[in-house]
Amino acid sequence: MNRLRFWTLVPARALNFLFFLVPMGIVVLYSLMTRGPYGGQAPPFNLDNYVRLADPLYLTILLRSFWIAGISTFFAMLLGFPLALFIANSGKSRSMYLNLVMLPFWTSFLVRTYAWMFLLRDTGLINSGLMALGVIREPLPMLYNDAAVVLGLVYGYLPFMVLPIYSTLEKLDPSLLEAAADLGATPWVSLWRVTVPLALPGIVAGSILVFIPCLGAYLTPDLLGGGKSVMIGNVVQNQFTTARDWPFGASLSLVLTGLVMVLLWLFVRKGGDKYL
Amino acid sequence: MNLKRTIGLIAAASYLFLHVPLLVLIVFSFNSSRFTAWEGFSLKWYAAVLADERMLKATWNSLIIAFVSTIFAAAVGTLAAYGMWKKKAPVLEGSLYVSLITPEIVTGVSLLAFFQWLFHYMDVRLGMHTVILAHITFSIAYVVIVVAARLKTMDGTLEEAALDLGANHWEAFWRVTLPNLIPGVIAAALLAFTISFDDYVITAMVAGIDSETLPMVIYGMARKGVSPAVNAISAIIVVGIGVLIVASERLQHE
Repeated sequence: MNRLRFWTLVPARALNFLFFLVPMGIVVLYSLMTRGPYGGQAPPFNLDNYVRLADPLYLTILLRSFWIAGISTFFAMLLGFPLALFIANSGKSRSMYLNLVMLPFWTSFLVRTYAWMFLLRDTGLINSGLMALGVIREPLPMLYNDAAVVLGLVYGYLPFMVLPIYSTLEKLDPSLLEAAADLGATPWVSLWRVTVPLALPGIVAGSILVFIPCLGAYLTPDLLGGGKSVMIGNVVQNQFTTARDWPFGASLSLVLTGLVMVLLWLFVRKGGDKYL
Repeated sequence: MNLKRTIGLIAAASYLFLHVPLLVLIVFSFNSSRFTAWEGFSLKWYAAVLADERMLKATWNSLIIAFVSTIFAAAVGTLAAYGMWKKKAPVLEGSLYVSLITPEIVTGVSLLAFFQWLFHYMDVRLGMHTVILAHITFSIAYVVIVVAARLKTMDGTLEEAALDLGANHWEAFWRVTLPNLIPGVIAAALLAFTISFDDYVITAMVAGIDSETLPMVIYGMARKGVSPAVNAISAIIVVGIGVLIVASERLQHE
């Protein structure tokens, strides 16, 4: 087009290259190196770090992460679909109800995670409330387990499920439901046989959108899972800090990023990006 | 069972699920007891926040980082969105999307590895500058998305008219397109500011000893689980960020 266009893109290209692509390139390089005697990384170059990923210890963590992300996605769908349906059917108040879903999403993720710690911990609101009422004597162990992590992930990423489903439902032609009713379908039957199939692209898009951040989660399992509930993100962090095995941490990072990229590719191929 | 009522009930439960935790946190930030039983209204935890030098220093750091990185990210991102308006830039666009979807912890460790590598050749340390560079980089993608959405609704022929009337490309951008873009740019900047102010995972990886941010302090206190002052500072953040986000949303749909 012109020289101006060229120059408008230069700063973004430069920053993205220098502070995103080059660091990722360094991670690739380190993942092929070996841990030095005092941490750090050194030659020889080989694929040992990737072979180590096949260790049952790390395979278990990988599977656990998939499991936790999958369960969270499932619960997000269970809540997200009726919620999206409710919003799509609420006429003039649609945008208000949609904003009510989005508002907590944009406030601090850390604070929202902390809010659950405040509710769930042994001295937290739920336990002290139940104890004050005499329902329980000992605090229920609600924090620092897988259930708390799933809860935090569903809470954190529910809007990612609601948005794409809502945008498929919004375009749904109401006369289809009238036709189903005329032909004798009960509301439940037409929900299951008309609405759900037509909303399926949105449900798939939403599920991928929720699954991606859940799989790469770090903060939620760290704070709500304590030391017990470990996901891939926590192992990556640990290798770069306490364990000081950067080459291995680098290979784990790349596997995680690779998995996420495959999911993103799937998402775009399914045409999911048009629901956002 | 009535379908409509069931859907309504699940929706109501979902809204409670989404909003009650933060509301409870805000309510209990006014509790006079240090334990989680309501004793009476008090502002003492807010006073404790104001008296906590570490928290104030961290808040100041967070504000500086968010402010500086927002200015740069808004400028760079707006220019880039403009550059991609009439002709695609698939490599940059793809790379920005990938940066958006990469798990934060991976972005964090890759920047840590990059800066450590750089320090073999340059005598600098981790600090405010490394945090700011990281924040500018991850904010650009958000700015591009918001500004590009605004550009999509704009009439490209206005700029062509300016060119026909003798403006050069720069004048057409500066005096015709940019003024129309301003609400989108401000919305994008507000969004970038809140994301920068809130970030913990990447920041903690690239921060030095002099650049502790507010989320880092909150993280530390949340792990120890001692002071209701965390509730007070959290309430301030929720309300502050909420105001910025509502403003940003308004501007985006103007």
